[in-house]
Amino acid sequence: MNPRLAKALINGLLIGATAVALFPLLWMLSVSFMAPGEASSLPPTLLPAHATFNNYRELFVHAGMGRYLFNSLAVSSVITALSLAFNLMAGYAFAKLRFKGRERLFQVLIGALVIPAQVAMLPLFLLLKYIGLVNSYAGVVVPGMATVFGIFLVRQYARGIPDELLEAARIDGAGEWRIFGQIVLPLLKPIMVTLAIFSFLAAWNDFMWPLIVLTGQEHYTLPIGLASLAREHAQDSELMMAGAVVTVLPVLLLFLAMQRYYLEGLLLGSVKG
Amino acid sequence: MNRQRAAWLFLAPALLVLGVFFLLPVLAALVLSLTDYDLYALADIRNLRFVALSNYWALLQRPLFWSALGHTVYFVAVGVPLSMAASLGSAMLLNSPLARAKPFFRTALFAPVVTTVVAVAVIWRYLFNTKYGMANFVLGHLGIHPIDWLGDPHWAMPTIIAFAVWKNFGYNMIIFLAGLQAIPLDLYEAARIDGASAWRQFRHITLPMLAPTMLMVSILTVSGYFQLFAEPYVMTEGGPLQSTTSVLYLMYDEGFKWWNLGSASAVAFLLFIIMFAVTALMLKFSQRGGGL
Repeated sequence: MNPRLAKALINGLLIGATAVALFPLLWMLSVSFMAPGEASSLPPTLLPAHATFNNYRELFVHAGMGRYLFNSLAVSSVITALSLAFNLMAGYAFAKLRFKGRERLFQVLIGALVIPAQVAMLPLFLLLKYIGLVNSYAGVVVPGMATVFGIFLVRQYARGIPDELLEAARIDGAGEWRIFGQIVLPLLKPIMVTLAIFSFLAAWNDFMWPLIVLTGQEHYTLPIGLASLAREHAQDSELMMAGAVVTVLPVLLLFLAMQRYYLEGLLLGSVKG
Repeated sequence: MNRQRAAWLFLAPALLVLGVFFLLPVLAALVLSLTDYDLYALADIRNLRFVALSNYWALLQRPLFWSALGHTVYFVAVGVPLSMAASLGSAMLLNSPLARAKPFFRTALFAPVVTTVVAVAVIWRYLFNTKYGMANFVLGHLGIHPIDWLGDPHWAMPTIIAFAVWKNFGYNMIIFLAGLQAIPLDLYEAARIDGASAWRQFRHITLPMLAPTMLMVSILTVSGYFQLFAEPYVMTEGGPLQSTTSVLYLMYDEGFKWWNLGSASAVAFLLFIIMFAVTALMLKFSQRGGGL
């Protein structure tokens, strides 16, 4: 094929694919600024005639979106912080500390990855009901405090730390906790960032478990709040698009700011898995 | 020994969380699926009875279970190949030396992956609105009559599949892109000198070299797609005429709408067994075929 034609074809296809990928998101943004009813007109309008923030005001003042946003931020932040701490400790132990049954235990954890999380959800609900955590922030947070994937990711990365470094510190009389805090953690910084982004995005986007465990509106996270709004306000497209923007924008911006770490983590987590 | 103890202390929080909130519930689910745990047992545990395999037996005789399984298999069987094709196609475009502005295209194509399913499902519900949606508007220009995408039992699942492909293809695209970049360029060079066409290069170099990546990606995607839930929950509520009720949707309804937790646990385990069997078959098949 003629190289110029090939170049035009390849870049044309890329532009086409990008348009398909981005159009729904851009249209969501545009419709969220439209006046009520404007998005239900023929032919469909691409841009608002008079951009307005009314939909956002309506969401935050009357539909409790501020509460959902706060809940999502709080729950996702706490899950991220706790799971980061627990996964780092466990991943480091699997990579660098010697103890009886280490390989066996790690294999059991990896084996558990084949079990879909939903299998655990019914008894987990009962368990949390008996200890009084249904319909609370803790109910959403508790099962996310450690993940096999996170432990695996940290272990892969921590294996690169030279043993001599840790041995030298031990000979100098440093305790295991000091070694972890002062030598290991600084070396794990890149994977910490990656894992933090992964955990935050996963917690933010999580749907099924919060839907099950949160039975009252006051604790709803954004996806649950949005899904329930979508059932009530099926016809208010402009309002729903504004709700979608509030839900999607924070994670999209986080990804754009940190995408190098995110994509590296994605490859580290899957290619070697 | 001191160091042994330190190791276990490092492990303790994570193992405790995974043990108490995952492994223990999984075992409990197995037990639960052998009981008639329902609303009465929820009120008073003394109403609980052991029923052996009768939850499983009852499910296998319920048409709704089979249709939910059918819809899920439909979603997996059509959705996974389409997703993989979209991922591979876009990865190859991005990998081409002729492509411009690669970082921009890569980011843009990946963007749907990080979005929240519920939020983008709400957008798609609007895009595919029969009356005002952009999809029917565009088709109208091509002379095609409006389609009731989410209201017609024949179209609802294809619409959800299109949505899933759009939402997910970027993830595997990144993995394929890394795989493509690992293929030595001199293989293509040698093929070109031998006069091999682009198609033959794809067929005899790209595909075989990508085979291990493909296998891993397809297994992960199949497991992910078997867990279809949020999409129908938001876009169709399992309808119309239950045409988008998936196995997990059935589990959710059975468990948290009707509070038949015993029967719902049996649904979860059946799904697990089916997923396990399918992935095991894929692994076995690929070993016998020596790749894909």
